[in-house]
Amino acid sequence: MENEENKKPVAGREKKDGYHQVFNLEMDRRSALKRFAGGLFSATAAVTTACSVTASDEKKEKSNMDWDEYFKGNYKEMTKDERLATVDRLEKMYTERTGKNVNISEKGEVENTLFGYAFNVSKCQGYMDCVTACVTENNQDRDSEMQYIRIHEIEDGKGFQFNEADDNYYHEVPNEGHFYMGTQCFHCEDAPCTKVCPVEATWQEEDGIVVIDYDWCIGCRYCMAACPYDGRRFNWTQPHVPEEEVNTDQHYLGNRLRKKGVMEKCTFCIQRSREGQNPACVEACPTGARTFGNLLDPNSELRYILENKKVFRLKEDLGTEPKFWYYTD
Amino acid sequence: MSAIVKLVKDSLDVTTHGTRPYHIWMAFLTFVMLVGMYCYSIQVSEGLQVTGMSDGVSWGLYISNFTFLVGVAAAAVMLVLPTYVLKDMDFAQAVLIGEGLAVAALLMCLAFVIADMGGPARLWHMIPGLGILNFPSSMLAWDMIVLNGYLFINISIPFYILISRYQGKKPNPKIYIPGVIISVFWAVGIHMVTAFLYQGLPSRPFWNNALLGPRFLASAFAAGPALIILVLAIIRRWTKFPITEQTIKKISMIVTVAAQINLIMLFSELFKEFYAPTHHSESAVYLFFGLKGKAALVPWIWTAISMNITATVILTYHKWRNNLTLLYIACGLLFAGIWVEKGFGLIVPGFIPGPYGQITEYLPTQIEVGVTIGIWAMGAFIFTILARVGIKIELGEMKYKK
Repeated sequence: MENEENKKPVAGREKKDGYHQVFNLEMDRRSALKRFAGGLFSATAAVTTACSVTASDEKKEKSNMDWDEYFKGNYKEMTKDERLATVDRLEKMYTERTGKNVNISEKGEVENTLFGYAFNVSKCQGYMDCVTACVTENNQDRDSEMQYIRIHEIEDGKGFQFNEADDNYYHEVPNEGHFYMGTQCFHCEDAPCTKVCPVEATWQEEDGIVVIDYDWCIGCRYCMAACPYDGRRFNWTQPHVPEEEVNTDQHYLGNRLRKKGVMEKCTFCIQRSREGQNPACVEACPTGARTFGNLLDPNSELRYILENKKVFRLKEDLGTEPKFWYYTD
Repeated sequence: MSAIVKLVKDSLDVTTHGTRPYHIWMAFLTFVMLVGMYCYSIQVSEGLQVTGMSDGVSWGLYISNFTFLVGVAAAAVMLVLPTYVLKDMDFAQAVLIGEGLAVAALLMCLAFVIADMGGPARLWHMIPGLGILNFPSSMLAWDMIVLNGYLFINISIPFYILISRYQGKKPNPKIYIPGVIISVFWAVGIHMVTAFLYQGLPSRPFWNNALLGPRFLASAFAAGPALIILVLAIIRRWTKFPITEQTIKKISMIVTVAAQINLIMLFSELFKEFYAPTHHSESAVYLFFGLKGKAALVPWIWTAISMNITATVILTYHKWRNNLTLLYIACGLLFAGIWVEKGFGLIVPGFIPGPYGQITEYLPTQIEVGVTIGIWAMGAFIFTILARVGIKIELGEMKYKK
């Protein structure tokens, strides 16, 4: 009975995809596909080792894992079992590579949750503790100094003139006569980025978080062109996080280690928020400018702000319905 | 079936034997392709950081060339329609060349898209059934379908006609005319869909403009046939293939009208951007005059516009257009001008300024240029092979022997 439950596609769609879902268990077709895949770049080595009679069992197991990784389907369409299998495989592969353990979660949405965010423009002083916390929490590439959050320093009296803002300051803050605004992925209800993806590698989860399957993304960067809020980042080369700095509490759709040539972005720290914690940026903010919460909970602080403050959102004319509001005291 | 095997054998024979200039030409193209492949291998191992693209300008030379070449591919139809449907025989000799050009251009388009991918090994995710194609939501999914469909049409029609001639049979119009009619609509389709790829993004006001699709068509129908004229001129000079002056002059009429319409649309766009400039005009300001001291594209776009205007003037004046030397110069200018204007003159400013006004400029790296030139060489290589076989069959020099 329980097994039957596990076989059901989680995302509610019956459509099958990917190697696992299409060719699973049929050995004759599997071997046919191996020949087809022989010509594909990264699979070639895996195939030759997997089929080799001389290679050691350990080596064979490793290539089988590479093979299964390469041909797995889109996470959105995986059954519970398939999700557990891929997470397990990724953990094993990491241990094999580094000798260390990571814990990758595949925790789904919590019922009756729709995450949202509010930013108090009066309180932010531009300390950028949120940025640092975000980079550490989410295992972002240290070499290119990738950051999901941007803090814009704007002169008083200019209004919300982003094109006059300084997004890359290196001076002491708060800078007299300036105010600060933070931007990141706004997890739009009607997100232009998910609409344009040619392979459905990015989508909105039930709890409102816009996520990316890093292993399904083909790296065309169409989503990046479609995002009006500069919310998306691309791995222009192999991202690198020093071994001792890797955050080992990971989520498949969140802060697990990425690879070269794929998109990534803020996930409201899905590995934390789905466990009932605040995202790292909220936790780190020394001024209390950041509020995260459940929009469906009438008693949440977030709902209080939305109902009692004069809130606004950026570029509302585009109709993207961001779940990220700004307000002042 | 044996005819096909024979055709492949004969084609191999024809394409591997030739005069000294032919061998030098093919060797040169092969060398350039190898350089391109070497550059690409660096890109594959190091990632796209070896290109000039960044989070600011995330599409560059590859997507620019892709966009331009879709236009070249679509232009073949301007010759196909009059020949096969309207029975205008002046175009008959040109049409096979046009279709060969379309095939080469389409393969270049696909190569440019693949070169731009962060994960080319995962491209199978796009194959319906095996992966997921986000159809009809994503315009890139549409584009993949229409481009591959157009490629299929443009391979199958000439193939049918050539293999019939090869066997000494007359091609049956009942078989190829429906294909021709579909290809006419399809050509407009590939162009509109490619324009919609950009036009459908409200986040980029420079592209989010209803004129983009029609302007794509006008510039394509100018640049494509202009290239065909130049190619015909070369074929006329180097082979026995009979191409009359009449044919070239007829095609030049198409180029002229399209170039004129293209200029009108350009002026309409300039008026909209500069008569009452808004925040949304900043990309155009960057392109034409520079923004906050950043002006990398300014010399390019003014050169391109001067080329377009000069070419259009030459083409418009009958006496000049009918002078073949002047016509070839005009076609060359027009082709180069539109390549700039509709290539990186269209793609790059779409990203500048960025969503929050940040200005990041883009300059392609040597590796990017190497890959680009390599793909162009690949296109020329494919076209040379197709044209050589096609011409031999048409001249009756390559015949099926049982």
